[in-house]
Amino acid sequence: MKTTTANSQPVHGHRDDVGTKIGMWLFLFTELILFGGMFILYAVYRFKHPEEFHLAAKELDTFVGTVNTMILLTSSLTVAMSIAAIGQGRKNLSMALIGTTVLMALAFLVNKYFEWGHKFEHGIYPRSPELLAKPPGEILYFGLYFVMTGLHALHVLIGMAVLVIMMVFIKKGVINRQSYVRLEAGGLYWHLVDIIWIFLFPLFYLIH
Amino acid sequence: MTTADTGTLAAEPDFYHAQTKHKGILGWILSTDHKRIGILYLLTMLVFFSIAVILGLLMRLEMLTPGRTIVEPQTYNTFFTLHGVIMIFLFIIPGMPAVFGNFMLPLMIGAKDVFFPRLNLLSWWLFIAGGLLALVSLFLPGGPADTGWTFYVPYSIRTTSNVMPALGAAFILGFSSILTGLNFITTIHRMRAPGMTWFRMPLFTWALYSTAWIQILATPIIGITLILVALERWFGVGIFDPAMGGDPVLYQHLFWIYSHPAVYIMILPPMGVVSEIIPVFARRTIFGYKFIAYSSLAIAFVGSLVWAHHMFTVGMSTTGMFVFSLLTFLVAIPSAIKVFNWISTMYKGSIELEVPLLFVLSFIMQFSIGGLTGLMLGALAVNIHVQDTYFVVAHFHYVMFGGAGFGFFAALHYWYPKMFGKMYKKSAAILSWVLATIGFNCLYFPMFFLGYLGMPRRYYDYLPQYQSIHIIATVGSWILALGLLIMFINLLTSLRRGPVAAVNPWGGETLEWKVSSPPPLENFHDIPVITAGPYDYSKYELHAAEMK
Amino acid sequence: MQLSEEHQQDVNHHRTSYGHYVLVWLGLLAFTGITVTLSGMDLGRWVIISTLAIASIKSVLVANVFMHLKSEDKVFTVFVLVAVATLAIFITLTFFDYAFK
Repeated sequence: MKTTTANSQPVHGHRDDVGTKIGMWLFLFTELILFGGMFILYAVYRFKHPEEFHLAAKELDTFVGTVNTMILLTSSLTVAMSIAAIGQGRKNLSMALIGTTVLMALAFLVNKYFEWGHKFEHGIYPRSPELLAKPPGEILYFGLYFVMTGLHALHVLIGMAVLVIMMVFIKKGVINRQSYVRLEAGGLYWHLVDIIWIFLFPLFYLIH
Repeated sequence: MTTADTGTLAAEPDFYHAQTKHKGILGWILSTDHKRIGILYLLTMLVFFSIAVILGLLMRLEMLTPGRTIVEPQTYNTFFTLHGVIMIFLFIIPGMPAVFGNFMLPLMIGAKDVFFPRLNLLSWWLFIAGGLLALVSLFLPGGPADTGWTFYVPYSIRTTSNVMPALGAAFILGFSSILTGLNFITTIHRMRAPGMTWFRMPLFTWALYSTAWIQILATPIIGITLILVALERWFGVGIFDPAMGGDPVLYQHLFWIYSHPAVYIMILPPMGVVSEIIPVFARRTIFGYKFIAYSSLAIAFVGSLVWAHHMFTVGMSTTGMFVFSLLTFLVAIPSAIKVFNWISTMYKGSIELEVPLLFVLSFIMQFSIGGLTGLMLGALAVNIHVQDTYFVVAHFHYVMFGGAGFGFFAALHYWYPKMFGKMYKKSAAILSWVLATIGFNCLYFPMFFLGYLGMPRRYYDYLPQYQSIHIIATVGSWILALGLLIMFINLLTSLRRGPVAAVNPWGGETLEWKVSSPPPLENFHDIPVITAGPYDYSKYELHAAEMK
Repeated sequence: MQLSEEHQQDVNHHRTSYGHYVLVWLGLLAFTGITVTLSGMDLGRWVIISTLAIASIKSVLVANVFMHLKSEDKVFTVFVLVAVATLAIFITLTFFDYAFK
């Protein structure tokens, strides 16, 4: 009878981690291009409205952006180390590192929440009278800001869920020293989320 | 090709009758078997295709006379929108990869399934979800979307028709497409049988591989574009709305960055099938295997560089237009290489004029007309006059329907015995082919003239001087519909009443013809070992030489 | 290109040490500091070039070390280059329109 094995490999008998990773990287490409479409928009609109982008960017707090960047970079470190840990069979260390990653992701989102809240209080949100009174370049800047950081935050949330599931898998022994490609895949997703922010950060916060 | 004995056990049931984890209908809609999933796609796709054909026929009825014939203008707009959305996102884009790619790819490379069988099932479920969402929009208050399948801003932001379900449907279907591409790339890289090097793979596999890369790299762009239109409608983020500084032309860039490569998703697999069918029915090995393999990759690559040729009349820079026009001419080259190689394969071959080859011949003729008129459209000076006219409508129907669509029919008639274990009635199939080809050309060829004479597309009303051509086209649509009807009846009734098919009725040399018709659940009892290329007809050539 | 028969465990025996990860992390933090500092200076057009260059360096570090791209089969790197090149081409060709209006 045809079945798939526990880690969803085809029935031909051998588990193929390289194949699983190929699949994951291909999925990452789709995420890269998804955000890439928005980078195209950003590039064109910034090219068309350089001064207004400058002006609008002053509303953003570079310090908060920098802190968030450091948070995500550190979370990438912890998830990478969690994979090394499970490779050594150190279950508890691995779970602790993943847990740390999730907490840092949470901190990032909390920062984001306050950032956006701050904008809303100052009347900067889509369709607000204050925003619509600004020149078109500034409206575009904030439109891009909300959509791109919002979409990114959604992916942070998804990544958190994925990592929590990985923790459960480690606890249950589904991910273990002999078989941890799932954690690698989850880690790859997390790193992409980090890389996207690595580009978002200068594009929105470092225009001076 | 010579292979080790793959021997299906005599008493082994085919995949329809095999023991599965679930029984009955659940055993199908919860199946992770690539063959069952292929059949599921085929059946559901035929339903969507039929709905879109009916919409097309209704459009042609409306166009019989200027002014109102059977429906109001608003309704007509929703007709061509839904016709396009269903045909493109629910039939032609998924079509060959989801049906024949799913069914045949593992068989052709000597594998027991694709790499991610459960993702494969998810792909089909997403397909169903997207299709239902598109159909639901027919019945919601506000009526279905009336924007055309291209959802151009600012109208798609302003219209009160149900754009959101259409956007949602297209987005979900994009996901389905991405997962299929992901699955196929991984499968081809990791699951080829021992001895099957890249250049011993069948050409259909090369076509699927190239297509899969487009699915991965281009589809997300339409994903983000649809999301942005939705966000624009919901929240007014201002990214595409000209009232807030947004650039509608930029929307078109993003839209076509996907939608042009999408047409190569549509045409590459049918071209791959043509490369399969011709060697079999010409009893010759394919001429220029490597050229055809590389041309598939080249079409995928260059085809991703030409998108703005859909936008020559919207106000782009001259430099931009020049660059895209030049690139558009370049993409014709790898396609032409394929046509030359197909014809060269047939030249002095030992032709067996079976039904699959008949559809292939129509394909070659119709695709050539479509491709050449595409070059005409790629020329800036011509484009100014015929953009957004019936000339464009004729061009894309020639490539998408006369090409990809007829390629789908060819594949259906080629692999039917393998998939269903039965053979259809040859006379009925030939009749359906004759009617379909005549009807198709009667319907669309006059449209080149209609467009040249100035009739715009997507127009409900028209000047009286265009009517005679419209009448010819509508009559063509009836002949075509009759041909399709006979085809479906033939194929459906032969499932029950047709004779049992042989393992290899056509004498094909690729791996799928080594297993039973229909194949057993796990395809191969023992994975074959490959020692030669896929189109080894040398024994036939030797025999033919001796006959002289 | 690998054939299916070589389905032995392609376990990544090249294990990166914790120390190596931390070193790269420190580098990433340093680059972040540099890019923030540079952006505060009056460099005109060079701000965007420098920030994008540094972002690219950081991404390459994350990809090669954290994502193990460097130690995986070469085909992964080829794939990544194809995807990145595709995006670069999309942006470039779009600018053939906008940069010359």
